[in-house]
Amino acid sequence: MLDDFFTRALVAGVGVALVAGPLGCFIVWRRLAYFGDTLSHAALLGVALALLFEVNITLAVFAVSACVALALLLLQRRAALSADALLGLLAHSALAVGLVVLAFMAWVRIDLMGFLFGDILAVSKSDIAVIWGGGVVVLATLAAVWRPLFAATVNLELAQAEGMKPEQANIVFMLLMAAVIAISMKIVGVLLITALLIIPAATARSFASGPEQMAVLAALIGAASVLGGLFGSLEWDTPAGPSIVVAALVLFVLSQFSLPWSLMRKGPRKGGDGISETPPTGPGA
Amino acid sequence: MFPGELHSPFNPVVAMLKPPQTLVTLDNIGVWRTNRWLVHGVSLSLDPGEIVTLIGPNGSGKTTTAKIALGVLKPDEGSVSRRPGLKVAYVPQKVTIDWTLPLSVGRFLHLTGRVSKGEAMEAMEATGITHLARAEVRTLSGGEFQRVLLARAIARKPEFLVLDEPVQGVDFTGEIALYDLIKRIRDTLQCGILLISHDLHVVMAATDRVLCLNGHVCCAGTPSAVASSEEYKALFGARAAPTLAVYEHHHDHTHLPDGRVQQSDGTVSTFDPSDDTQVHHPSKQLQPHNGGDRDA
Repeated sequence: MLDDFFTRALVAGVGVALVAGPLGCFIVWRRLAYFGDTLSHAALLGVALALLFEVNITLAVFAVSACVALALLLLQRRAALSADALLGLLAHSALAVGLVVLAFMAWVRIDLMGFLFGDILAVSKSDIAVIWGGGVVVLATLAAVWRPLFAATVNLELAQAEGMKPEQANIVFMLLMAAVIAISMKIVGVLLITALLIIPAATARSFASGPEQMAVLAALIGAASVLGGLFGSLEWDTPAGPSIVVAALVLFVLSQFSLPWSLMRKGPRKGGDGISETPPTGPGA
Repeated sequence: MFPGELHSPFNPVVAMLKPPQTLVTLDNIGVWRTNRWLVHGVSLSLDPGEIVTLIGPNGSGKTTTAKIALGVLKPDEGSVSRRPGLKVAYVPQKVTIDWTLPLSVGRFLHLTGRVSKGEAMEAMEATGITHLARAEVRTLSGGEFQRVLLARAIARKPEFLVLDEPVQGVDFTGEIALYDLIKRIRDTLQCGILLISHDLHVVMAATDRVLCLNGHVCCAGTPSAVASSEEYKALFGARAAPTLAVYEHHHDHTHLPDGRVQQSDGTVSTFDPSDDTQVHHPSKQLQPHNGGDRDA
């Protein structure tokens, strides 16, 4: 079954989407979209270093992303710069250094576009093993730290006071992010990983009534985006990675049309439901 | 003298049921941030079944002190000891729920630990929010959310409960009901409660001790019942009498706007609570607090 390149692409893409959805929820809840971007930009530096030292690309990407994430944690504590300035600094310097290192290695023939936008149709059986194996580890770890991580997302000090050890959960979360970027780079490329993380989660927000439900929905919506994107790219001969993101976007737009319907069913609510045009009110504002 | 005394840990029956073992002790703690002491020289201890109320003007270090007791902040000076394995519940002053978070009241009760259905129901009944169990936290009003926060804390069945301005945004009737509830929590759970109040003069009657903070402990004492003060009885009505109490400040110094401290004898010193001159003498002349308080 896995002998067909298109089937391999489907299996790999769905595997990545199932992992990206739940993690993407935390990205959305914690407003870390730019953080996801930073880690994925750093992934290109990981690729360059992997080629330079001739080590496994997935491992190198994971290591570099993890280092950038931890560097960010340390820099934030010293807080000489605002968080978004730090993120911008790390993201683009890592990307630039990665490109420069690649340019120096004249002997390496590399398909840069494949790393920037993904090359899902070239996924091998061992890639699938890494994606599903790594994915299971990531999801199991996420389940294990779910309660402290979620409590820290709602209120850090409350979680800390009640003995949840949120700092540990935060570090684990950073490492999980690095892992997801490492395994999903091949599918959508470093420039579009954040989209795969946040768009399904944002779509799931419209339907979910609880955090766990939102995580599961985001995983399923992500998987649907992969299926839709891949079949679309086959049909219209479009690049696979971007097609997946476009499919995710279509689902998001459709979810916004369902809003008036759900409002009618449940009656008007205070605050925003999904993406509201007015600023939310109440204690959540 | 005041209703809380019946349930104080010094009541022999309560003492026999649960030998008081101090829950939290702060010893001369200080927190230094950007060239000034947020709090300095604050000592405090809390026993099971005891309610301690922290009062003081804005920025006087009430929340900082509470966070040190909780272990959220580490003091730069002094020491903190908490009983090992202490079960803590915290009601922060402000909790903001991001609108991207789908979170129902029922789920919120399980935030930091599993709570049985019965415990959750009990906590929601005690705080009068059973009708909100399925509501999204984001859509609640300030007063409703305050009760949800309290319900979550109760459902944990804590041994040490910290309430940071739990009556904020609650009307007067609600305030009395909430204070009655806090007293009931103490009576049923026999937990130690550290309560932060925004009101400088009127505190919960069941409070065992009041600490008035302004960077350091300005004065400490027990409140006297509203019932014994005709003036307050007229102001709050008979219904409030068993719940509210008046706290009379006995300060021997004044805080000047530049942060220095003026003693009652007129001498001015830079703020250093470890200084012997700031030992409080309740017998000394009553001084109005800096910051426009009414005279107690």
